[in-house]
Amino acid sequence: MSIISARRISQAFFLVLFLWFCIVTSSGEKWRQLRGWPVNWLLEMDPLVGLGTLLGTHELHKGLLWGLAVIILTILLGRFFCSWICPFGTIHQIVGFLGRRKEALFQKIDSNRFNSWQSVKYWLLVFLLSGAAADFIGFSATISRDDPRRVWLVAGVVCIATVLLLAFYRLKDQKNMMIPLAVAVFFASFLNVVFREDQLLQHSLQTGLLDPIPLAYRSINLIVLPMVDASFRHLSPTPRFYQGAWFIGALFFTSILLNLKIPRFYCRFICPLGALFGLLSRYAIWRIGKTDAKCAECLMCEKNCEGACSPSGRMILSECVLCFNCIKACQTKQIAYQKEPSAGGELPVPDLSRRGFMISFFSGVAAIPISRTSGVMAANWNPGLIRPPGTLSEKDFLSRCIKCGQCMRICPTNVIQPAILEGGIEGVWTPVLNFRIGKSGCRHTCIACSHLCPTGAIRPITLDERMGKGIFSKSDPIRIGTAFIDRGRCFPWSMDKPCIVCQENCPVSPKAIFTKILFSTLRVPAPLIISSADSTRVMLGGAHLVPNRLTTGDYFCRLKNPQDPHERLIIENSENHIVISPKFPWKSLPETGKEIEVFIRLQQPYVDIERCIGCGICEHECPVSGKRAIRVTAENESRNKTRTLLPGKSNDHDRF
Amino acid sequence: MCVAKDPDRINALKRALNAMGGIEAWIREGDRVLLKVNAAFATPPNLSATTHPDLVYELASLCRKAGAKKVIVTDNPINDPLSCFSLTGIAKAALSAGAEVVIPKEHYFKPMTLSGGKLIREWPVLYEPFAGINKVIGVAPVKDHQRSGASMSMKNWYGILGGRRNIFHQNIHDIIKELAILVKPTLVILDGTFTMITNGPTGGSLSDLKKTNRLVVSSDQVAADSFGATLLGKDPGDLPFIAKAEAAGAGRSDYRSLEFKMI
Repeated sequence: MSIISARRISQAFFLVLFLWFCIVTSSGEKWRQLRGWPVNWLLEMDPLVGLGTLLGTHELHKGLLWGLAVIILTILLGRFFCSWICPFGTIHQIVGFLGRRKEALFQKIDSNRFNSWQSVKYWLLVFLLSGAAADFIGFSATISRDDPRRVWLVAGVVCIATVLLLAFYRLKDQKNMMIPLAVAVFFASFLNVVFREDQLLQHSLQTGLLDPIPLAYRSINLIVLPMVDASFRHLSPTPRFYQGAWFIGALFFTSILLNLKIPRFYCRFICPLGALFGLLSRYAIWRIGKTDAKCAECLMCEKNCEGACSPSGRMILSECVLCFNCIKACQTKQIAYQKEPSAGGELPVPDLSRRGFMISFFSGVAAIPISRTSGVMAANWNPGLIRPPGTLSEKDFLSRCIKCGQCMRICPTNVIQPAILEGGIEGVWTPVLNFRIGKSGCRHTCIACSHLCPTGAIRPITLDERMGKGIFSKSDPIRIGTAFIDRGRCFPWSMDKPCIVCQENCPVSPKAIFTKILFSTLRVPAPLIISSADSTRVMLGGAHLVPNRLTTGDYFCRLKNPQDPHERLIIENSENHIVISPKFPWKSLPETGKEIEVFIRLQQPYVDIERCIGCGICEHECPVSGKRAIRVTAENESRNKTRTLLPGKSNDHDRF
Repeated sequence: MCVAKDPDRINALKRALNAMGGIEAWIREGDRVLLKVNAAFATPPNLSATTHPDLVYELASLCRKAGAKKVIVTDNPINDPLSCFSLTGIAKAALSAGAEVVIPKEHYFKPMTLSGGKLIREWPVLYEPFAGINKVIGVAPVKDHQRSGASMSMKNWYGILGGRRNIFHQNIHDIIKELAILVKPTLVILDGTFTMITNGPTGGSLSDLKKTNRLVVSSDQVAADSFGATLLGKDPGDLPFIAKAEAAGAGRSDYRSLEFKMI
């Protein structure tokens, strides 16, 4: 079997595996549902996920060690991930192949020529990682003061960082990157140490925007599967909606279509993970290269070169994605995967200017503090930002969430949505609850998202913890917000109509929504004066009532003067008579000429904020279908004590 | 109508059915039966917010034994349907008894108008699973319900409504009446082994339940609910939908005047 066939088998395997993982990510008991399938495996293998979360949180979530294995293999072999594993890369390769198969040879060679814009992906990587690492700089500077045990952690990260930085080092012999970088880090640490209280250097993890693995998961989960399943209804009996998903789809499909212009456009120009692998591959023991400097220069090796790494001339190691097409294409067998550098010369990485590096580094470090100047993390927080139960406090959450959409895919009620700007610019595509979409609020007997989150941005919780039962009975249930009644829109509060659907659906016991009864006087054009009466029937002096309007079981009447002690249920009426239920006959017959009042019995809902967990089932079910008459906002959410409405309440959830 | 006193709902069902001539008196060979369960919420069976799976299993098996060609179990729940059918245990029970579980999809609903109805007019109703069905059995628990007073056999038909059906809560008694006219069940099974006396219809805690050890099998849904009201400590006269359904001809509230057995 040729190496190309092996590569194709591997690519097909991982693409199918990836799609299969997306399909089975639904809660249920069938074998094709989430029954232990390691659906996050590809995310865990992505070292950018591990590195990004490590920089921001100083911790490595379980599972992400797979990324270390990939790093080690990359250091040994080169960018094998891109052409052997990455499902997004495989999609690009297939589309690139299909779209360009009829092109002339010279066109193919031309489109696979190295392009200096390929360095953009390195700037994107630097930009995204420095946004996540901003705090780490200060953290490292003060570590011995805060927690000496973590020195080892810092040492480990510094090692990785050094490896990466060394990759930048000596990019071109005359440019020394280390001095300006040291100055930058020193300056940043200085700022952070001096202004520690103000957290001048804030960070959040934004790699997920462009990291191909989360991007592929997000796009398949939120766009492709819902669209395909809309016809088959095999995965979900009701259609699934994701707000603003068109934009996720636009990015996905545009990046795929760009293969028609330049093959593997995304991999060559955008992909920050490819850039990371590119930097690591400069240490690769084996590499593609010419065995002999003199060749026919037929350029056939570049006909299908996926990485645009110029194997025909001076090989650019970091761009090679190990597709091995050049080895197959070379008619004189002068290209090999070998230990020796290419006989045609070798460059570790494309020309990365010091200036470009500094610009991306500093703009990455500055991006997050700048985005927070709008105050979304402080006084100007958005009450509409309701996160799934188990979500960490906002800052910790943002340093972990990779926007992969796994929580949105698994959510059985489809209530978890990709945020647009609810969480500010840095919260784009992070999970937010939208109770108008989906089948019925955030079901409080469900903890699926917290167990699927690959980075612990939503930490794993138990049902007991969520509901405040068992060993958690001393702490409150996990609240994700609080329901507020908009009395101006509520049927029983402002329209004299019975309803209380919210109370009925409130799932906690005892209910967080309770009612108080109000007998509200019916609007009548003129006073209802009795003309005659027997034990259950009253004839009225005028035709002021709408026939049968009062027979719904919710209307009552009462003598006005002297006041009747009870409201009596009306069971029949015409325009000029009323019949009351025989269960409550008059004690003494009403007198002619006296006035009778008609009421509608209303149960008006109230929210008990000590019991409300913010699940939003009330909001979902509210019959006022546009802007609901009861809506959940994030006040009182457990993950943020400063938003409590209940002073002195014990809440142990944030000890985690 | 027969009420069985029994702490065990399966015994109760068997005894009550026997007293009514056995399932064979109601389900014939070749019948196509639809069991309308209450699977409204994704809660475990012990909370009694939904039809108990043991009851579904037993009924479906009995129907199969009586020669029913097909037994369908369906409902249009409030929570997400897949979770509801699986967490309540109803799907598993139905499947292991050889019944088919129909989880409603959008195109299973058709706009329907109840002749003489005021509310069910051009309203989407779960239609598809009823196609070809000739026997309908309603199986519901007895539950507290603040708006209507009680959720029992007749309220159970709310689960065949589609659309944004909650707007009918403005006029809950009339919608229950119209549903009772719309659906003419062969039998209703009203499970009062446990009665949810508080916090209905969702419940959520064992303390919302009371062991009442009664199970009603009735061919008259109004009569069944009249008896059910007493399990909640209510008088049928307190529940306007009972009088309304009776006046509309859906059944009789004075169950003692029927062929009534308490065993």
